Parts: sequence; structure tokens; C-alpha cells
Amino acid sequence: MARLFQERKVVEFDMTRLSLDLYRKLYLARRAEEKIREHYVEDEMKTPMHMSMGEEAIAVGICHTLKAEDQVFATYRSHAIYLAKTGKIDDFFAEMYGKDTALLKGKGGSMHMCAPEAGFMGTSAIVASIIPVAVGAAFANKRQGNGKLVVVFFGDGALDEGDFWESLNVACLMKLPVLFVCEDNGFAVHTATSKRQGYSSITDIVSKFNCNVLKKNTTDTEVIYKLTRQAIKLIKTTQMPCFMHLGYYRYLEHVGVNEDFDAGYRSREEFEEWYKVDPVNLQRKKLLNHNIKEEEIIKVEREIDNRIENSLRSAKEALFADPVELYRSVVV
Amino acid sequence: MRKITYCEALNEAMSQEMERDPSVFVYGIGVPDHKRVFGSTAGLVERFGMERCFDTPLCEDSMTGFGLGAAINGMRPIHIHIRVDFLLLAMNQLANMVSAYKCMSAGELNVPLVIRAIIGRGWGQGFQHSKSMYSAFAHIPGLKVVLPVTSRDAKGLLISAIRDDNPVICIEHRWLYWQTGEVPEEPFTIPLDGANILREGNDITVVATSWMNVEAFAASDILGRRGISIEIVDPRTIAPFNDELIIKSVAKTGRCIVADNDWLNCGFSAEVAARVSEKCFDKLKSPVYRIGFAPTPCPTVRHLENEFYPNAVKIIRAIEEMLRLEPTDLSKEDFYSHERRFKGPF
Repeated sequence: MARLFQERKVVEFDMTRLSLDLYRKLYLARRAEEKIREHYVEDEMKTPMHMSMGEEAIAVGICHTLKAEDQVFATYRSHAIYLAKTGKIDDFFAEMYGKDTALLKGKGGSMHMCAPEAGFMGTSAIVASIIPVAVGAAFANKRQGNGKLVVVFFGDGALDEGDFWESLNVACLMKLPVLFVCEDNGFAVHTATSKRQGYSSITDIVSKFNCNVLKKNTTDTEVIYKLTRQAIKLIKTTQMPCFMHLGYYRYLEHVGVNEDFDAGYRSREEFEEWYKVDPVNLQRKKLLNHNIKEEEIIKVEREIDNRIENSLRSAKEALFADPVELYRSVVV
Repeated sequence: MRKITYCEALNEAMSQEMERDPSVFVYGIGVPDHKRVFGSTAGLVERFGMERCFDTPLCEDSMTGFGLGAAINGMRPIHIHIRVDFLLLAMNQLANMVSAYKCMSAGELNVPLVIRAIIGRGWGQGFQHSKSMYSAFAHIPGLKVVLPVTSRDAKGLLISAIRDDNPVICIEHRWLYWQTGEVPEEPFTIPLDGANILREGNDITVVATSWMNVEAFAASDILGRRGISIEIVDPRTIAPFNDELIIKSVAKTGRCIVADNDWLNCGFSAEVAARVSEKCFDKLKSPVYRIGFAPTPCPTVRHLENEFYPNAVKIIRAIEEMLRLEPTDLSKEDFYSHERRFKGPF
């Protein structure tokens, strides 16, 4: 009995730790974007912002399951994914400000972040065009037998594109180790799903492929974390890809840092319903339920706040790259 | 030295590179089928297996993105299209993804992707199986474009393309597949940089691309009998475009005709004309003259198709006009006829 009790204690400790780790990443993504909102009016970050706010549970829940060498491909809306996968806060802000200290030195900006050594393999601002690249990367991983998993994120708009269906078909045909993650916010820019899709259930259709299919509508990052672990297990055991369909609510406008509930295509009431289960607040409540003291949580939050402040200040103070940078890293 | 066909040279280049480097693989629609892309992929599947030589679903755009993804993860894919027209379905991946990936990863990710595509012509190929399109690809920074003409170049340029860490599009004219030439047996490379003087001459420079080099040779043989000495320059690699030999040649002859196997407007011929004007203005005895496809879709029926394409006769007439010569009697000349050797269907 004593032994069993001891083991349970260990498990509980790990769960608490997991919850806290997830919260750290959620809080980082949220606070980083709050800071962007605060400073965007200064017109120093001259890059179109597609904000992650509302999406953080998906980004964090999935990326937290991944190993450092696993590879993520994403979209122009990738702030949360980038931070959750790489933790590179300095580089994140330096790239937003287009400074020499960033890996891409401002050539990519908000829409085209990339950190290959941290497994963040790139993005596309052409909807769905990154999906086949991820599938090809998964093919190479399988061929090389390196055990790396590829995760590709895309929105529901990508489901309208040929590249999505073509890539899904190829991945299923070739049995590739790839996790397709559809982050469904119900809109392609401002056009609702009902105005774009001649079918009622994407998961029904994808389940007719030789593919694992998982679906969830939740803002609970722990649920998504567990679901992703299940997905990875399925990919390994069935030797088939997995398609995950995850609903979320985009808090801000399609592009830009403001709300757009007065635009007429969606309502503030809808937002308020979702905000009741905001992923960051929800996880914070869980920590309190795990008997983590509020002061301890605040301490963690202040730590992250300070890191963000430092990164932001360094980015603002850094220099722009020399103009010859234009001709670096290009094909000649 | 032994002589092999252009097609055999392409095949040998791929085969030797696959042997040398296990990361090289070949794929595309119909690549391992019984026709083997006009024979250019013959023997590869038997030698290297379906793992490294495979067919694909009909999805050119995503299979191009697939090649990009495999390339950034250390593979060396060769994607083959039996017609360059089909490659237009991949223009999104080429222009939006493949060309920019190295730059947008700060040079941390290389894209050693080769795309082979074939220009069709003749025997009723029609407007969707006969385009060249290379000017459009060469327009995009980040893509290299090569147009091998000789068997030797087919092998040397393709091996260079496979070993290059950047995306290279290799555009092959269908009619060149039967041309034979001396090709070393061992693997060798020809840098993707700079032109090749196929025939030296003093009176006029003809810059010819792809199949038009064959037409330029015919023109040169005929006018040579009248004492006209034509220098034929094959640019070979049009992106990056190293114009050094072309400029040197025009500086010597003072006259330049560009015979391009493509439409003229905004095409590679315009680039050559512009470079020659910029760099040889004071040496030019007459304006640069361009010959290319008629500005129409390519018709299927023979007599209209013959009107559509540039040929040796058009080159001869252009040279005569530029040198103010009386027209040569061509009534007894025997020009290349594709239909004499090719009875279709594809």
C-alpha cells in the first residue's frame, strides 16, 4: 500500500508540473500578443499581424507533446505555435521589428517565421500551400527512418484548396508519419464555412481516407495535449497519418490587432460565450485547483512578463541589417 | 568517344547519380510505367526499386511542394513532367514556395530539387502539349533554368542540377531526344553558368535556345556555302543568365539574331536583346532581331503549326535581310522533317 501511495504521489506531481508547463506556454503566447497590441500603434512593427488570440490551447497542447526534433509547418497565423514550439522570445520580437538580431533579419516578419534548428520549419501565407511541403518532409523522415514526426497546422480555409486534398491523398497513399491539424475558426477571412463548403462534415469525409481522424471542440489545452498523444500513438501503431479537427474562436480581426465585432459578420455575444472558457484563464483555474498557490502563479507570470519586456526592449534597440542582407541566403 | 542519344544521356545522368547518392530519387506521373517518359527513366525502377523511382497521383502542385519538403529534409528529388505545360499546375509551389524557401529560412534550409519537363512539338500536339514556358520560370528569382541541347550537355547539366543545392528546372525539347553526340561514360558536370559556342563564325551571332540550335545549324550550313560565317551561341542556362560569351560574340560580329523556342513578348529573347543593347551598343551594326513562336496558341493542324514555329528558313531570311543579301534559293534544300521519323501519337 505504501508503495502504491508513493507512485500515485509521483503521478500527481507530474500532472501538476504538466499543467504548470502548459500554462507557462499559454501565458507566454497570450502576453506576447498583448504586448504586440500595445506597441503596434507605434508603427514600428511593419508587418501584417494575424493574431493567435483564442487559438493558444491548440498551439500549446500540440507543441508540448512534441520532441525538439519533431517538425512543425504552419501558416501566417503562427505566433502561438512558434512560441510554443521554439520558446525563442528574443527572435520572435526581433523578427516583428525586422531587426538584424533575428534569424531572418526581418525578411520574413509575422507571416513567415522560421526556426529550423528548433523544428519550426516554415510557414506559408498562401493558404494550404505549406501542406504538401510538410508531407514531403514526412516522406523524407520516413525514408531516413529518423523517427521524426511532422505536424502541419492550417485553418478551415485550407480545406477549400486543392493542395489540402492532394496532400491528404498522398500522405494516406504513402502512409506517411504526419499529423494534419485543422484549426477551425469558422471563417476564411470573413466568409463563413456555410458559404464555402458543399458538405456537412469534414471529419466524415476524411475518415473515408486511410487516415486516423480525431475531432474536438475545446479550449482546454490539457485535453488537446492528451488528444495529440493519442494521435501520435495512432500514427505509430496504424502507420497511417492522422487528421485532427479542432474548433476555436479567433478573438481579433483576421489581420490586425483590433476587435471587429462591429463589422457585422459575427457578434460580440459569440465571443463572450467563448471567453467564458478562455484557454489561458481556464488553465490558470486548473492550477489553483491543483493547489498551486496564487502567489506562485503570479511569480511565474512576472517571470514571463520580464522575459517579454527584455526581448521587446532588445528588439526595439537593435539595429536593422545592413542593406547587403537583401542579397544574402538567396539562390544565385 | 562513344556516341549516345540525348535521351540516353539524361538516363545515364540520373542512373549514375542515384548510384552515387542514395538521397536521390525520381518521381512523377508515369515515371515507372512501361513507356518510361520516352525512355528517359528506363531501367531505374529495376535498378533502384519503387522506393526511389515512383509514380504519383495527378497533383502537380502538391507533388512539387512534396519535393520541396523532401529536399529541405536532406533528399535530392527529381520530379519529372512529360510536358512542361503540366508544370503550370505547379506554378504556385514554384513561384510562392520553392523559389523562396532558402531565403525565408535564412539559408538554413537548402532546396536541392530538380524538375525535368519536356517541350512537345509536332504531330498535332496542340496548344496544351507544346509550350516552352521557360522564360516564365526564369523570371522568378530563386529558380535555376537549364535548356540542354547536346547529348553531352544533357548529361553534364543534369548531373550539375542534381548536385546543386538549389532548385533547378531542366527543360528538354522532345525532338532533341533522338539527337546523338559524344558523351563521356564517367559522371561529369557542366557548370550551370554560361553559354556554349556551338559553332564559331565572324559575320553574325545567332543566339539560339533549345531546338532552335538545330535550326540555326541548318541555316548556317546553307549560308556557309555562300561564304557567310555564323557564330551559334547556345545560352544553355538561362537562369542565372551569364551573358559573357554572347556579349563577346556580338562584340566580334556586330550583329545579333536571337532565335528563341518560345514566344517573344516579355520572353528570354527580350532579355538577350536588352543585354546586347546595354553592353554592345557601340559595336552593333544593326538592331538585334528576334525570331520566336507566333503570338498565338499553337494550332494542331500541320500547315498552321508550320506557320507557328520558327525554323531554319526564317533564320536564313533574317540573316539575309540583316546582311542585305539576295535571298538564297532554298527550293532544293532538304530541311529536317519530324514527321519522317515520328508517326505519333505522342
